[in-house]
Amino acid sequence: MSEVVRSVRGLLESHGEPLREVYLDSENSGLILPEALEEMVKTYRDYGYGHPSITHKRGWEAYEIIHKATDMLMRLIGVGEGEITYTHGGTEANNLAIRGLINYAREKKRRKIVYSSIEHLSVKFPAERLQKEGFKVVEIPVDKEGFININALEREIDKETLLVSIAWVNHEIGTIQDLRSIVEIVRDRDPEVYIHTDACDALGRFKLDFRKMDVDLASFSSHKVYGPKGVGMLYSKPEVRIHPIIYGQLSTQELWPGVENVPAIAGLYKSLENIERNLDNYMGNMRRLRDKLINSILTSVKDSVLNGPIGDRRAIDNVNISFLGCEGEALTVELSLRGVYVSSASACTSRTLIPSHVLIAIGRDYETAHGSLLMKITPIHSDKDIEYTIEQIVEAVDRIRSISPMRR
Amino acid sequence: MSSRIPLPYSSRVLDLFKNPKNLGRMEDANISAVAGSPACGDMIAIYLKVNDSQVVEKASFESYGCAANIAASSILTEMIKGKKLEEAWRISWRNISDELGGLPSVKYHCGILAVGALRRAIREYFKNREKPNWLPDTLTMEEKQALEEEKLIEVLSRRLK
Repeated sequence: MSEVVRSVRGLLESHGEPLREVYLDSENSGLILPEALEEMVKTYRDYGYGHPSITHKRGWEAYEIIHKATDMLMRLIGVGEGEITYTHGGTEANNLAIRGLINYAREKKRRKIVYSSIEHLSVKFPAERLQKEGFKVVEIPVDKEGFININALEREIDKETLLVSIAWVNHEIGTIQDLRSIVEIVRDRDPEVYIHTDACDALGRFKLDFRKMDVDLASFSSHKVYGPKGVGMLYSKPEVRIHPIIYGQLSTQELWPGVENVPAIAGLYKSLENIERNLDNYMGNMRRLRDKLINSILTSVKDSVLNGPIGDRRAIDNVNISFLGCEGEALTVELSLRGVYVSSASACTSRTLIPSHVLIAIGRDYETAHGSLLMKITPIHSDKDIEYTIEQIVEAVDRIRSISPMRR
Repeated sequence: MSSRIPLPYSSRVLDLFKNPKNLGRMEDANISAVAGSPACGDMIAIYLKVNDSQVVEKASFESYGCAANIAASSILTEMIKGKKLEEAWRISWRNISDELGGLPSVKYHCGILAVGALRRAIREYFKNREKPNWLPDTLTMEEKQALEEEKLIEVLSRRLK
């Protein structure tokens, strides 16, 4: 039997010392703002270890941290009332939205769940699971840029429909949906249908105002706003009832048992505060860096194609480019050796041979999807980081292509 | 889905990825074979120069695939140099994995594909020659797996259109 590699020490040592390190994989796990980290550590050390529902000073201090973060989030997303439930990540928030609604609405006659063909797996997989339990699930197709087919959506809204779940911004290709039109159409056809939006990639990318966006449930993730990992949030409108999906000791919140991750929530507060202060600046600067990265790569690398839309309809942080004739996983390893950390939608890590469902849904063929790189710009990145990244990508693609039997 | 399954490569895999041995098309090869396809995200070409005593004088490869795929093809070409075709035929994907200091389980198929490509090349060699006793009539697991991968992806790609 072959040995499983348990130590990565040699692997790490082979990396040497690159001229620069640029972490562009905030899709899979976000980097943290220094002030958020500092707040988290300070809070944990000094007082934030208390249980927020116990009646002593440490408990009340923890309680206050949660409330401060909650108020800040509600202000940022423009809601005056409703409920914020803390989970331990965006995946859990999406699962809670879908499963929680099903648990509540089980006795209702409605059995249809509608979502798009490019939803995050934490929406797609719970829906597919429900299909096995007898629910009808419908995937709405998207166009070549990832915008959902509004007519197809409209046709699926009827007396059977229980839930529509559409991400505001797609996590892989940055498509910003016209959520307002989507909400209007759904409400118009049937006001009783619940609407959930996965807003993990929307928060911090443009101004959100849920007073003007009549959704019932919305998910968020702390690491996607450069806060600590281990915190997700689900917003639910005041009149919307859902049921818990896991059970245990009652915390300060009804919908998610277990102690809230209070120190991380303290860090989250700092990163939300940062967004409140700097969003206008980010919308200019991150977008500029995004376009610099996209345009330079497309002009300097032969046979490279952008996945997703351009301009205002693309998230300010998202860069997703396919390099034909270049397998994505090899490219991520080559770039890692050069100090540039990115991910790929290549199927190389699974035995299914099927790459990202998002790229396939926008009509990319398998080879194009295997050769994709996903990069996310953050407020921490500088022009120098982006210039270094461009240089390294040009060389890395060249090298990987030179190994391939399909010369380009 | 992006690359999320932990992939602890051995340092041997990374070394061969950085400095692959026997990389490149061989101009004076007398036999070559390909396994996998671009749509699989996994494709290996093997080139051999075999002399009249059925000994592999030279071996090289090209790979469109992940780091493990590149390392597996490279190490295989290294392992068969100077070997008789009969010995080369007996190399299994597990020998490759051992030689690489272990492969993550999701990467076993890289070793399998490399062996598949080599065995295709060896069969090709005996197409117009007398078939030796050690060469089985039916496809081995590695050859079948390569074939299955190619067929499956063809079906999936067709379904896409």
